[in-house]
Amino acid sequence: MKQLKKILGLVWMILGPVIICFLLAAAFENIHAQGNKDINKPVPWIIIIGIFTPICVGLVIFGYYSWKGEFDELPQSSAGL
Amino acid sequence: MNYLTRMNNAPATKGIGKVIFSSSLGTLIEWYDFYIFGMLAKTISVQFFPEGNDTAALLSTLAIFAAGFLVRPFGALVFGRLGDMIGRKSTFLLTLLLMGGSTFLIGLVPGYKTIGIVAPLLVLLLRLVQGLALGGEYGGAATYVAEHAPAHRRGYFTSWIQTTATLGLFVALGVIMAVKGSMSELSFNAEWGGWRYPFWISILLVGLSVYIRLKMEESPLYAKLKSSGETSANPLKESFGNKANFKMVLLALFGAVMGQGVIWYTGQFYAQSFLENTVKLEFMQNREIMLWAIGLATPFFLVFGALSDRIGRKWIMMAGMLLGVVLYRPIFGSLLKSADITEAFLKRDQPGSKTRIIEREPVKADSSQKNGELQIVTHSKTHWLLDNEIAFTESRADTVFSGKTGDMHLAADAKPQQVDKILPLSLKWKFMGLVWIMIVLVTMVYGPVAAFLVELFPTRIRYTSMSLPYHIGNGVFGGLVPFIATLLSASFTTDPLVGLWYPIAVAALCFLIGTIYLSNRIDKNVQD
Repeated sequence: MKQLKKILGLVWMILGPVIICFLLAAAFENIHAQGNKDINKPVPWIIIIGIFTPICVGLVIFGYYSWKGEFDELPQSSAGL
Repeated sequence: MNYLTRMNNAPATKGIGKVIFSSSLGTLIEWYDFYIFGMLAKTISVQFFPEGNDTAALLSTLAIFAAGFLVRPFGALVFGRLGDMIGRKSTFLLTLLLMGGSTFLIGLVPGYKTIGIVAPLLVLLLRLVQGLALGGEYGGAATYVAEHAPAHRRGYFTSWIQTTATLGLFVALGVIMAVKGSMSELSFNAEWGGWRYPFWISILLVGLSVYIRLKMEESPLYAKLKSSGETSANPLKESFGNKANFKMVLLALFGAVMGQGVIWYTGQFYAQSFLENTVKLEFMQNREIMLWAIGLATPFFLVFGALSDRIGRKWIMMAGMLLGVVLYRPIFGSLLKSADITEAFLKRDQPGSKTRIIEREPVKADSSQKNGELQIVTHSKTHWLLDNEIAFTESRADTVFSGKTGDMHLAADAKPQQVDKILPLSLKWKFMGLVWIMIVLVTMVYGPVAAFLVELFPTRIRYTSMSLPYHIGNGVFGGLVPFIATLLSASFTTDPLVGLWYPIAVAALCFLIGTIYLSNRIDKNVQD
């Protein structure tokens, strides 16, 4: 299990930037003045990418902790926090 | 440890019913307030954000996206911090007042026609206050109940709080249906029409809830902490600056609430919008199906909350996510296929077909000048009853141009729309059953989650630490379901179920992380 968490840590570290790239590419492709759906407007994309960037950074940190073995043992009580 | 020993060690359950009732009522009202805006979005849009005005359109987009995605997590931080510093009771009393006040005021804002751009600006501002208040409410209520509950029944008692998000939807649907059903479409949608009543009703509910909450005592664990001077001076720093605690925040988000958020949103909201926009079900029947499904599934929040006290929280939540991953496409596919009228309609002229026209409404025509030509738009509606007993309305808007020489020609884009389907009883029950299954999945992931989050964090920073992941999971991951569904539908036009890949992927990812990383251990001691 420890080995699996280590490997998955790498996956999460890669997944974070991939999601941001995907969102940027999707925004670039879908924003256009003629469209009338939400996906065609810049404001929702700015908000979504703005809020997802720290979330993806969090995923990378989660992956890093996992890679370093920080999640191998979870604390048994709040004293361990 | 046997049952008697556990009982002896547990806080007294006397008065817990009052604690649950007063906390749940306020949280239910907050959800009600938040939902009615979304449910009346079409009418609100006409009144405050008219088409053709760019500024109003921008404000409308901000009202939809900023309230859920930005302000809710921000509210979690602001009120979470307050709750850990000054107390649970005062904080969630404040959020209730903010929510109720802003909801009532939305109902008082004159329309765009009367006060112009000030109207959408005020509505946007009040909607943001609603988002902020919602961000602070849930963590407080869940923490408050959990800190009163005995360890061996924490899942069960906090699951009452979990019912409120669904019951709030139930009450909002019910109130809107009742008001809408009591008046004409015109009276409901008028500037000072019936759509405002649900907003005004809120002030009565909030008044009652504030009265009840004022009589409540502070959480005993927090009061103890405060009297010994051990409350946190900087909960934000302790929650997210302390590596050990931050790790648990990340684990809660990616291993539990992210998946819980998409399952919750898909079952309660995407299902309703799918029935309305993709299946093309009639407005009232759609709401009726949702109401029954929600009403009959709600007790399962308590069932799974109580079950989580016996077998642990993790596997119930993981099972809910896995079932969502496996069942969503078959369920939504069945909803779409069962109400498909294409084949039955094509066979309407065949011998033996019982398909017939029930009513043909008089044709209405609007005329106008366009590029020197007379443009006439004819609106026609025909009500059909098919062989398979599905009724629907065929709506046509044909545009005819009359040239200068008097010749008439039809515009090429005239396409009939088949809308407002009404299902026969047997099919309606089938739909209720399928939606009910999806709401039961919601109860599996959502019922135990409050106890799970409470047990993950210490008392001194519990409000802050559990509120942020909860609102990112539900507000951001869950709230993105319709946006990503539209995005996927625009890219992959041939598959009407393509929008489901987003909740399926997020739930699958969360299931994987939760299964591998989370512990199923119930932390008996939350007094630390």
